[in-house]
Amino acid sequence: MANPPLIDIQGLSIGFLGRSGAMLPVLHAIDLRVCRGESIGIVGESGSGKSTLALAAMGYLKHGLKKISGEVIYNGADMFARSTGELARIRGGQLGLIPQNSGQALTPTLRIGRQLHEALRLHCALPDGGHEARAIDLLTQVRLPDPAVILRRYPHELSGGQQQRVAIAMALAGEPDALLLDEPTTGLDVTTQAHILELLRDLARTRNMAMVYVSHDLGVIARVCDRVQVLYAGETVLEGPVQAVLKTPAHPYARGLLASIPRLGDRSLPRALEGRPPAPGSDRTGCAFAPRCALATDQCRTIRPPMVTGEAGQETRCFYPEQTTRIDMTGSGAPLSCCMADNPAALSLNRVAIRYDRPGALARFLPARPRPPATVDDITLTITQGETLGLVGESGSGKSTILKTIAGLLPPAEGTITLGDGTALTPRVEQRRPEQLRRIQMVFQNPDESLNPRQTVADILGQPLRLYFGLKGAERHQRAAALLETVRLGAHYLDRRPGQLSGGEKQRVAIARAFAATPDIVLCDEITSALDVSVQAAVLELLNDLKARHQTTFIFVSHDLTVVRALSDRVAVLYQGRLCEIGASAAVYAAPSHPYTEVLLNAVLEPDPDHAPRLLAEDATDLSPPARGCPFQRRCPVKCGSICDTDIPPWQKAADGHAIRCHIPLKDLAKTGPA
Amino acid sequence: MIQLLLRRLALGFVTVWLVSVIIFLGVEALPGDACTAVLERDAHGEALAKCRVDMGLNAPALARYVDWAGAALTGDFGVSANGQDSISQIVGYRVRNSLLLAAGALSVGIPLSLLLGVVAGLWRDTWVDILFSAGAIFAMTIPEFVAATILILIFAIWLGWVPAIVLTPADAPPLDFFPEFVLAAVVLTMIMIAHIMRMVRSSVIEVMASDYIQMATLKGVPYWQIVFRHALPNALLPAINVIALTVAWLLGGVVVVEVVFNYPGLGRLLIDAISDRDLPVVQAITMIVAATYVGVNLVADILGLVLNPRLRSHHMSRG
Repeated sequence: MANPPLIDIQGLSIGFLGRSGAMLPVLHAIDLRVCRGESIGIVGESGSGKSTLALAAMGYLKHGLKKISGEVIYNGADMFARSTGELARIRGGQLGLIPQNSGQALTPTLRIGRQLHEALRLHCALPDGGHEARAIDLLTQVRLPDPAVILRRYPHELSGGQQQRVAIAMALAGEPDALLLDEPTTGLDVTTQAHILELLRDLARTRNMAMVYVSHDLGVIARVCDRVQVLYAGETVLEGPVQAVLKTPAHPYARGLLASIPRLGDRSLPRALEGRPPAPGSDRTGCAFAPRCALATDQCRTIRPPMVTGEAGQETRCFYPEQTTRIDMTGSGAPLSCCMADNPAALSLNRVAIRYDRPGALARFLPARPRPPATVDDITLTITQGETLGLVGESGSGKSTILKTIAGLLPPAEGTITLGDGTALTPRVEQRRPEQLRRIQMVFQNPDESLNPRQTVADILGQPLRLYFGLKGAERHQRAAALLETVRLGAHYLDRRPGQLSGGEKQRVAIARAFAATPDIVLCDEITSALDVSVQAAVLELLNDLKARHQTTFIFVSHDLTVVRALSDRVAVLYQGRLCEIGASAAVYAAPSHPYTEVLLNAVLEPDPDHAPRLLAEDATDLSPPARGCPFQRRCPVKCGSICDTDIPPWQKAADGHAIRCHIPLKDLAKTGPA
Repeated sequence: MIQLLLRRLALGFVTVWLVSVIIFLGVEALPGDACTAVLERDAHGEALAKCRVDMGLNAPALARYVDWAGAALTGDFGVSANGQDSISQIVGYRVRNSLLLAAGALSVGIPLSLLLGVVAGLWRDTWVDILFSAGAIFAMTIPEFVAATILILIFAIWLGWVPAIVLTPADAPPLDFFPEFVLAAVVLTMIMIAHIMRMVRSSVIEVMASDYIQMATLKGVPYWQIVFRHALPNALLPAINVIALTVAWLLGGVVVVEVVFNYPGLGRLLIDAISDRDLPVVQAITMIVAATYVGVNLVADILGLVLNPRLRSHHMSRG
C-alpha cells in the first residue's frame, strides 16, 4: 500500500464491567487499516462486536463500554485522546456515519431540512444563504426526487429507502474523507437495498472516500467491498481480499457461514452451523471457534491460534488453514421433502379482500369520500395438504396481512376462506371454536415478542396442550418434553424462561408451541428474519424435517427470495396486496416471469463478488395501490401501454399451474427472462 | 387531524353529560330532597308540600334534570340549600380562589419540576440525580397534612414569616390572600414536583439512549445543542399528560390542604356542603370538577397533537 492509512486501529480491545467486577472484553486486540478509496467489510453474526468496532472508529463507545487497550489513529492522532471539541469537528465532518436504521436515527421532532442544515452549519463554511441550495444539492446527489418537498418533511413521513438516503446526504454534508456504514441496508427491501448500494459505490468512487461497511450480509459485502475482515466473538478470525474470502475462505467459520446462506440458483437447504458463539467475556482458552469447528483438535482447544498467512493473500486465525477446504461449502444436499401435487386441498382463499381503513362513527355524518383501494384484493389461492406455499413481496405487499386474516386476527372485507374439508373459517378468531383454532397455528417473526418472558418453556408449551387436548400433570409434561425433542431441544429446557434462550432456541420453542396443537396448517411470518444466517439455516432444516414427518401444510412469508426458494414447493408473488404470479417454485424463479418477479430476482445480492444485481425499476415509494389497472403500472420497466393503466391484467396460464398476471403475452415475457 | 380533534371534543362532551346524569340520579336516590334540607325540622305537612310546589320538585325527574342541566349550562346552578344564596356566586369565588392557589403552585412547580427532572435525567446515577430522586420520593411519601404541619411549625410559628392559616374571607379581592396562601402553595408544589420530575427524568434517560441522540453525537453536534434541539422536545412530550393530570387535580380542589390552611377554595366548600347536606352545591362542584378534568385533558391532547409531528401529520407512512 503506497498511501498511509486514513483510519488505523491497532490492538483495540473494548470491554464492559461484569457483575463480578472484572472487565469482560467484547473486542479483542483488533487491527484495522483503511486507506483512501478503499472499502473494507466487517462481517460477523450478532454479538460479534462489529458495530462496537465501527463506533469505536469514531471514538465513540456505547454506555457501559470501556476501552481496555489499543489505539484508534485517525489522521495521525488517537481518537480516544482527542478533546470533545476536536471530536465534534471530526465526527460528521471528515468522518461520517451512516446508521443501520435511519428511521430511528433521525430526530422525530425535527424536519429533514433542519437536520441537514445543522450538519451543514457545523461542518461546512458556507454563507448563510448557501445552506438551502447546498441541502437541495445533497438530496439530489442521493437521487431523491423533489428535494425541496423532502426538506419540509418529518422523518416519519418518508419511506425507509428515503430515510436512508437522507442519512447518506447528511453524512456527505461534511465532505467526509471516510464513511462508516453500520448495516446500511439491513431492513430495506431488496430493490431499495440494491439501489442504495449502487449509490454508495458511485459516491465512494467519485469522492475517493474510505468506506467501512459493517454487515452480517455477505451479499452486501460482496457487492461493495475490496477487503473483508471476519469477526467471531470479538476477534478477527480472517482477513483478506473479498474474492479470496468469499470464494476460498481459509477459516472454518467463514466457510460455515458461507454454507449457511441460501442461494438463489441452488434449490437445496443451506447447511446449518451448529452451536453458538461464546458469550462475551466468557473464559477462553484456545480458539474461540473450536467448540463448533469440525477440524478442532486438542491444540485448538488449549492454545489460541495466531494470525497466519493463508491462501490468496488471506490472514487467518487457524492452525490448519490448508485443511479448511475439507469443509463443504455447498448446501446440505438434504433431500427437500416434497408434497404430492394431487393431494387434497388444505385451505382455499376465494376472492379475499382486506381493508385496514374502517369508516368511523363520525364518517357517517361527514360528506362521503371515495374509499381508497383495498390493502389486499382479489386473492384466490388453494394450498394442498403437506405443501409449503411461499409468499414473497416487498414491505407493504400485504403478505403478513394475508396471514393475519387466515389466523382470524383481521377479518376479510370480502371473500371467504375455507378449510380442506369444506368448512368455512369463521372470520374472527374470538368466534372460532377450539377445533378450528387448533387446526391453524402461527409462528411470529420476533420470538422475543411472541413468547411471554414470565412463563417457563413448560408453561408456554403446556398451554395449547391443556387448551386443545385437556392434558394435565405428568402427561402434559411428557408431551411438552417430546415436543422439545422434535425441535431438537432437550427436556432440560422445560424449566427455562425465554430470557435464558438464544434467538434460535426461542424460535424453536415458538415452533414447538405451534406444533403442540398438531395443526393442519402452520403460518410462518418472517420467522427467520430476526435470526443470524447460521441459525436461520438450522431453523429451515428443522421446518423441512417437520414437514416430512408430520405432513403439515406451511404458509411461509418472507421478504427474502432465497429463503423462500430454499423451502417452498410453490411460490406466490405479491405486489401491493395483489397477486402477480404463482406457481411451482422452480417455475416462478425461472422464465417466463412477471415483470415484478423479474425486478425482485435481479435485485437479489449473492455472496459472490462476481455477481452484480441489475436494477430494472425504481425502488418503491408509493404506499397505496392504484385505483385502476395493473397494480405494478407505476414501476413496471416493460409497461406495454395505456391498457396497463386501465385494465387489471388477466391470468395467463403456463405449464403445471404456473400463472402470471400480466398484459404481455407469455412468450414475450420469456424473452426477458432472468439474467 | 381535525377529525381526531372533533372526536376528542365529542367524547369530552359525552363524558361531562354522563357525569351530570350520574350526579343527578345519585342525588335523586338519596332520601330527602332540597325542601327537606331547607325546612329541616319543619319538613312535614303543608309547609313541605308548599315548598315542593314552589321549587317545582313535583315535576317528573326527567323534566327536572332538563331544567337543572339547562340552567347549569348557562352557569346558573340554582340556590343553595339555605334557600337564599346563589350557588353560582358562592362557587364562583371559590373557583377563583382555587385557581389562585393552583396558579401559585403551578407557576413555580412546573418549571422547577421540569428543570429538576431534566437535570436528574442528564446526570443519571450521579449524586445530583440520587439527591433529586430521593428528595422526590421523600416529598411524595409524606402525607400533605404532615408536610403542611411541619411547614406551619417552621415558617409560621418558629420563624414567623407568614401566617399559619388563611383568615381572609372567600369573597375578598385576590391580593388579600397574599402572603397567607404561600404555605399552602408550597405544600402543593412539593407534591406535584415529585410526580412530574420522576416522569421527566425517565423520559430524558430514555431519549438520551435513543438512536437519534447517538446519531446527533456522531454528527458532531455539541452536547448542549443535542440536549436542547434533539432531546428535550422529544423528552418533554410525555410530560404534557402528567402535567395535565396535576393541573386538573389542583383545580379540582385540594381538600386536605385547603382544610389544613383554612383556605376558602373549592375543596373546602365541598366538604362544608357535604356536612351541611347542601346537595345543590355538591352537585354544582362535582359538575365543575368533572368539566375541569375533561377540559384540561382535552387541552393536553390537543397540545400533544400540535407538538408531536408524528401525530399531526397527514401523510403517515406505514410500518
